[in-house]
Amino acid sequence: MKRSREINSLISIGIVGLIILFGAPLSLDLFSVISLTTAISLAILALSLGLIWGFGGILCFGQTAFFGIGGYAYAIAALNFGGSTGAIIAAVLVAAAAAAILGYFMFYGRLSDVYLAVITLTVTLILYSVIRRTSGPEYKIGIAKLGGFNGINVPPINYPWDATQFLYPEHVFYVAMVALLLAYFLCVWLTKSHFGRVCVSIRENEVRTELLGYDIRFYKLCMFTVGGAIAGLGGIMFANSIGRITPDVFNLYNAALAIIWVIIGGRGTLIGPVFGALILFYLTSFLGRQAVVNINLFLGLVLIVFVLVVPKGIVPSLVELWDRRKSRRMTARSARRMRRRGRSRVKEVQVED
Amino acid sequence: MRTNVVLETRSLSMHFGGVVAVNRVDFSLRENELRCLIGPNGAGKSTFFKCLTAQLRPTSGEVVIRDFNVSGSESHQVARMGVGIKTQVPNLFDGLDVEENIWLSASQSASLKRSRVITSEVIERLQLGDVRKSQLGSLAHGQRQLVELGMVLAGEPWLVILDEPTAGMTQEEVIRTAEIIREINKSATMIVVEHDMQFIRMIARKVTVFHQGQILLEGDMDEVSADARVREVYLGHRKTS
Ligand SMILES: Nc1ncnc2c1ncn2[C@@H]1O[C@H](COP(=O)(O)OP(=O)(O)OP(=O)(O)O)[C@@H](O)[C@H]1O
Ligand SMILES: [Mg+2]
Repeated sequence: MKRSREINSLISIGIVGLIILFGAPLSLDLFSVISLTTAISLAILALSLGLIWGFGGILCFGQTAFFGIGGYAYAIAALNFGGSTGAIIAAVLVAAAAAAILGYFMFYGRLSDVYLAVITLTVTLILYSVIRRTSGPEYKIGIAKLGGFNGINVPPINYPWDATQFLYPEHVFYVAMVALLLAYFLCVWLTKSHFGRVCVSIRENEVRTELLGYDIRFYKLCMFTVGGAIAGLGGIMFANSIGRITPDVFNLYNAALAIIWVIIGGRGTLIGPVFGALILFYLTSFLGRQAVVNINLFLGLVLIVFVLVVPKGIVPSLVELWDRRKSRRMTARSARRMRRRGRSRVKEVQVED
Repeated sequence: MRTNVVLETRSLSMHFGGVVAVNRVDFSLRENELRCLIGPNGAGKSTFFKCLTAQLRPTSGEVVIRDFNVSGSESHQVARMGVGIKTQVPNLFDGLDVEENIWLSASQSASLKRSRVITSEVIERLQLGDVRKSQLGSLAHGQRQLVELGMVLAGEPWLVILDEPTAGMTQEEVIRTAEIIREINKSATMIVVEHDMQFIRMIARKVTVFHQGQILLEGDMDEVSADARVREVYLGHRKTS
């Protein structure tokens, strides 16, 4: 029963994803498609944090570091390679490698959760201030100038292995949406696998997992590396939707935002963080246009309300609400049936009389 | 004689700052033995236990399991040698159900297919069928202890080390646990750290008494309970506390 519901919800998510994939470019204007692409790239980042925090218990306060590294690595590689196909692969690998190296020191050094959060945040902020200072023409990798706080203009994605044919923004949207769907189902598969279940057990109790014979350092490192790769993929799509990558991806605001997406959407689910990112992206850009309330104030309020009132996040709370209503409806129905049966029994008795 | 010694400590010491919790202990355990470790509160039993399972790195001396020096190992490596471990403080996956808890233990060494079989066997053996799908966090203390014993069993260990397996259990559960432990002992060598003398009487062949980080005495249950020093440090202590 529980399993079939899980499969149903996965199928529905897949169908909704495909509808958006094919429907959005047909029904939306170009500007909306581009901003949806941006939203999707952020959703991929949220997914990566939802995976490692929700299923590995790793509170990474600087998941944006790998997002930004992915974006920068893509821009630099695409400029140097003169094409995007190899650059995408290289950028995902660079983000994964960055996560692996940082993760190695954190997990094999057996840092506690608090230190881990602080260190990941610090790494992001260091990247922010270092890359902001690279305005001069001497800061370049190959032919790509880092550009300081102006960032790098990102060459658009081209057809696989054909650098003469650039993709239009609608097509970049397709790529981003397919990337989100693939990343999502990869995460689903991972969390259902033996590896994923061991990661959940580490989240539940590290000592016990170790005493069962699992090397928790290794499991956490793998989880963190996969998370870094997915965040990097998000960064690549982000750079492509905006057409530029700047050091702002590494700032404190964005680092905190990623955490807020996961809290709002629901930790311990994969679709929750995706929703969290999409909802907040559209809410903040809507409020930004109205210019009535201060966005930071609004975000702070949202966070407080969620932590106090909906601590589990949107998706788990909705599922709970749905279950409760359903069970109430079922009990109501069975009560009615009982009453009806009772009445008919009375009738039978009368007939026998 | 020495050939069937499966676990040995040589001059094992563990210091916490100025506190000497374990003081140059030489201990050895033969295959298929069921050894009880007793001693008053703070005698160093749990610290000794943590050194055996590499949860603590000893200050000096060594722990040898099957000719392998584990003093510098990680605890998952000791577990991987086929050692089943239960700590004094319950360590379980509270957010997961009974079946998942036991399956996670079984699947560490066995194939996925085989671990499903092991999981159902263990659940049946411990009569946990009714709570198979219950979250660990919602279970009573005694049942949680049983599940932890089940997790040890599911790893199919040849050496089992338990720290206070009956703490907080009802009389009935204690008796059942004693049965289970005797049964585990048919296929595995065991060390059981315990407080409950009645329980020790039910299971023990040979008892090691700890006192102030050292072995005070080793012998069978009657010898130990007749010994004046043991009465003084252990039984006397219990009466006053
Ligand atoms: N991590 C630690 N840091 C400092 N001192 C410790 C630590 N662990 C244990 N001790 C001290 O070492 C001594 C032995 O403690 P231990 O827990 O091994 O005793 P025990 O025999 O298991 O007692 P109990 O029967 O209460 O479980 C105690 O004095 C305790 O305070
Ligand atoms: Mg103890």
